[in-house]
Amino acid sequence: MAVESLGSAPRVKVAPWNDPVIRGWVFQIVVVGLVGFLAWYLVSNTIDNLQRQKIASGFHYLEREAGFEIGDTMIEYSPASTYARAIWVGILNTLRVAVLGILLSTLLGTIIGVGRLSPNWLLSRICSWYVEAFRNVPLLLWLFLFYKLISEAFPGPRQAISLLWSSVFLSNRGVYFPVPMADPIHKWMGVALLVGILGAWMLARWGKKRQEATGQPFPTVSASLGVIIGLPAIVWLAGGAPHHMSWPELKGFNFAGGTVIQPEFTALLVGLVLYTSAFVAEIVRSGILALHKGQSEAAAALGLSRSQAMRLVLLPQALRVIVPPMTSQYLNITKNSSLAIAIGYPDLVASVNVTINQTGQAIENILIIMAAYLSVSLSISAFMNWYNKRIALRER
Amino acid sequence: MTDAMPVGDRKPLPPPVDETGVVGWARKNLFSSWGNGITTIVLIAAVVWILNWFLEWALFTANFTATTGSECRGGGACWALIREKFRYIFFGSFPYQQHWRPLFAVITMLAMLVLSADRRMWNWRLLVIWGVGSFITFLLMFGQIHIPLSLILFVALAGGVIGLTLRSALAPSSERMAYYALIGIGVVGLALRIAGVLPKWSIAIAPLSYVETSLWGGLPVTLILATYGLAFAFPYGILLALGRRSNLPLIKGLCVGFIELIRGVPLISLLIMASVMLPLFLPSGTTIDKFLRAQVAVILFAGAYIAEVIRGGLQSLPKGQFEAADAMGLNYPQKTLLIILPQALRVVIPPLINTFIGFFKDTSLVLIIGIFDFLNTANQALVDPNWAGFPGEVYLFAAFVYFIFCFSMSRYSKYLEFELNKGTRR
Amino acid sequence: MAATARDLSKAESVIQLKGVNKWYGQFHVLTDINLDVKEGEKIVICGPSGSGKSTLIRCINRLEEHQRGDIVVHGVTLSNDVKNIEAIRREVGMVFQSFNLFPHLTILDNLTLAPIWVKKMPKKEAEEIAMSLLTRVRIPEQALKYPGQLSGGQQQRVAIARALCMRPKIMLFDEPTSALDPEMVKEVLDVMIELAREGMTMLCVTHEMGFARAVADRVIFMDRGEIVEQNEPEEFFANPRNDRTKLFLGQILHNH
Repeated sequence: MAVESLGSAPRVKVAPWNDPVIRGWVFQIVVVGLVGFLAWYLVSNTIDNLQRQKIASGFHYLEREAGFEIGDTMIEYSPASTYARAIWVGILNTLRVAVLGILLSTLLGTIIGVGRLSPNWLLSRICSWYVEAFRNVPLLLWLFLFYKLISEAFPGPRQAISLLWSSVFLSNRGVYFPVPMADPIHKWMGVALLVGILGAWMLARWGKKRQEATGQPFPTVSASLGVIIGLPAIVWLAGGAPHHMSWPELKGFNFAGGTVIQPEFTALLVGLVLYTSAFVAEIVRSGILALHKGQSEAAAALGLSRSQAMRLVLLPQALRVIVPPMTSQYLNITKNSSLAIAIGYPDLVASVNVTINQTGQAIENILIIMAAYLSVSLSISAFMNWYNKRIALRER
Repeated sequence: MTDAMPVGDRKPLPPPVDETGVVGWARKNLFSSWGNGITTIVLIAAVVWILNWFLEWALFTANFTATTGSECRGGGACWALIREKFRYIFFGSFPYQQHWRPLFAVITMLAMLVLSADRRMWNWRLLVIWGVGSFITFLLMFGQIHIPLSLILFVALAGGVIGLTLRSALAPSSERMAYYALIGIGVVGLALRIAGVLPKWSIAIAPLSYVETSLWGGLPVTLILATYGLAFAFPYGILLALGRRSNLPLIKGLCVGFIELIRGVPLISLLIMASVMLPLFLPSGTTIDKFLRAQVAVILFAGAYIAEVIRGGLQSLPKGQFEAADAMGLNYPQKTLLIILPQALRVVIPPLINTFIGFFKDTSLVLIIGIFDFLNTANQALVDPNWAGFPGEVYLFAAFVYFIFCFSMSRYSKYLEFELNKGTRR
Repeated sequence: MAATARDLSKAESVIQLKGVNKWYGQFHVLTDINLDVKEGEKIVICGPSGSGKSTLIRCINRLEEHQRGDIVVHGVTLSNDVKNIEAIRREVGMVFQSFNLFPHLTILDNLTLAPIWVKKMPKKEAEEIAMSLLTRVRIPEQALKYPGQLSGGQQQRVAIARALCMRPKIMLFDEPTSALDPEMVKEVLDVMIELAREGMTMLCVTHEMGFARAVADRVIFMDRGEIVEQNEPEEFFANPRNDRTKLFLGQILHNH
């Protein structure tokens, strides 16, 4: 039969009020009209209010001098910088804490989740106490607790607790530790690291191809690690192996030299990681439990080793269960990092909040917050969706 | 195998001794291998060390009786601080003499929640429980309630419409007449009220002195924000979820856009928005209570998350259920109310409770816009210069209170999941 | 063909399909289906899986939309008209392969739901009808249980009773015994045979050839979206004309 008739409904007369298509559109137009009316009402009120209160509108204020201090910055910033720069500092600070939080809580959460399934009764109990304790108390409370503990219970710089043969110092001003002196070779080491990662990826692909062609397995993991660590090390040696370190030293009332992790950042990161890893642990545990016992038995019966069974059979299946809820935990870390404002870590929301208070331009600033978080959220979801699709495909 | 002996003659042998009893248990669960044994010993040592330190601090050297902060210093935990401040932590700046009011409001709300947890109440009784409970709670908190005429008329109209849609097929004609009468009264009354014929009149129930929301604080605030956040977000989350599953493109687009927008941004940004932008949205001259602003933000936030949970339930229903309802000739509202929602909601009750636990914790964020919830009052208790320097005690105490609430709710959700599964399986 | 068709030649047609076509995307599921069902006629539709037989009967109560041709049920032409669809669904009962009972309602509530809400019948009356139907399918004692507590055969009998509660003029059966354990097939077929003897118009997608022999006025064989062959049962089983029919019957009768 010809395809051109596709979708052509039988022509029978239908009273318009009985036609579901027409009904649907009428309903939709009414609803959209109501929403539109509400929006118009709110917007017209807002415009009215802004004019009455003589609040400027538009994003021109971003060019103006911010005039406020930010305690913890990753890029050059001073009160003379613009609002745009202040907000950018905030965005970078949010990203820093979110990325580190995601990495560390995945690590800790996986350890605890596996620990809960340990045959050792005591270990599994302790891990489940951990989970219950952290997820049943608000994150904000943990942040306050850690922040107050660091800033009040830790000693001042003069009595700082020294660790590791006086190279690391804990004090209420933060954690001080040594860093290598700046050296031009560092830049090249970074380049070497990137090249190493690329090389490792290509090596892994080549190894897989060779195994498919010849059946010879290739020690991908150790070879990749070797390349990733080895290349920068070679560059370092080639650059004359500069080994001068900048050590933290007590000068006057505070430390000089080395580098410092601010207490606000520490409290936020520790709080986020401990809190989120309780949720991650539950996800990992349920991912492992979702595996059918028959799967590992079948893998063993085929003669696969434990690690092969894990890598080829169990992990791909567990990941399928784990990835979607893990995505939402990663999004949660990013969003929860905004609690920083409560303990004074200068993240995006904190910078914008100061900007709102100084300029009075609430709408523009809130739009900036929303746009920033939405783009971070959407890119994390997009990445995780892509990853999810990849592992979902692999299973067929 | 030596299976010559007839089966019936063989006496069951007891298992080897070291497989049972305390020794057997420990051998199996703690010392099954060398690595396991070492882990166990290290863990026991760590637990003993931590417990020893903690008990020393929290119990043996703790001070329960000091009257000032300086008396407390030097020893272990200063629980005297909690003793001194617990009424403030629980009830905030509510007039001191009137603390019985928030106390009973909290008890009422807890009773409401506990009664709602009972599955026998999951019918019209739930509405009664929440109606009566909310009335008592807010009467105690405000002290006075003014019910404007327009609200009464609106309730009459809504009651008539809901009654008619839900009961039209079952109710005897007298009951149906009553619904029509309610709708009539509502429509005519509201029209007259808007036209200005009926006066601006309200029923005043004022047995107690009025306490404004800026004085509210502590546990009742946390409970109200979480409970009513859920109560209002629930119906609107259902609508959002149905909208997202709808095949009408504009409706679907609106719902998806709203849900993703809210879920994509942190609650703090919504709270800041509610506190600085809501006043701009309203006609100039109208002021809106700060507490109400926070509540609105929590409801908007909760609705988007609840919608996603409910959508999960809708998706879990087999297609056959929709088809069977269609084949019987049920229309969309009937199909949704009688077949789809009852099943979908039942599936999502456990995850909904988990969502509620999340809101209960997240309400603590309102302290950023200056609402005195339970965490904020705990925080304020530390500000007193007389008692400075004991954050651990106060936060541990607050954590303990939060833990009791959240932990019992999560246990209830686990229990319910088990019970509901039992019901649907054979 | 219509030689032994009792007095069917004089009976009115209740369902008419004229040139019905349907596509799923590019896939042509139904090709030029013409079918005329008389009042009281019992038709068994068989065919390999994916032949479009379920789609065909699901088009009759518009669970699926056809794209071309006309379907007339009781003089009403199926279209997008909501009122017509409601009217037809009131006249046409359907039984599904997977029962599709509503698990959150008791058996009795499953039965009374549509009479109360669609026909606006008083509850008492609906319950009386429901109980009499449950007696007819021989499980009145299960009325207050939930579907999950019944065996598959019992559930399917409830599903038949549920469809009958609306006093339909036509019953559609979509592989009603395929999801059942062998020992339960008979109890469901017995109910269906009884229903057939009472003169119900039935369209039945099934592979139960014994059932077809016992009650069918006509057996239709479908393959690749077409009606390949139709005949009265004795003739159909004894002398299949088309090769595809022969092949299919060979396979299905071997397996039984």
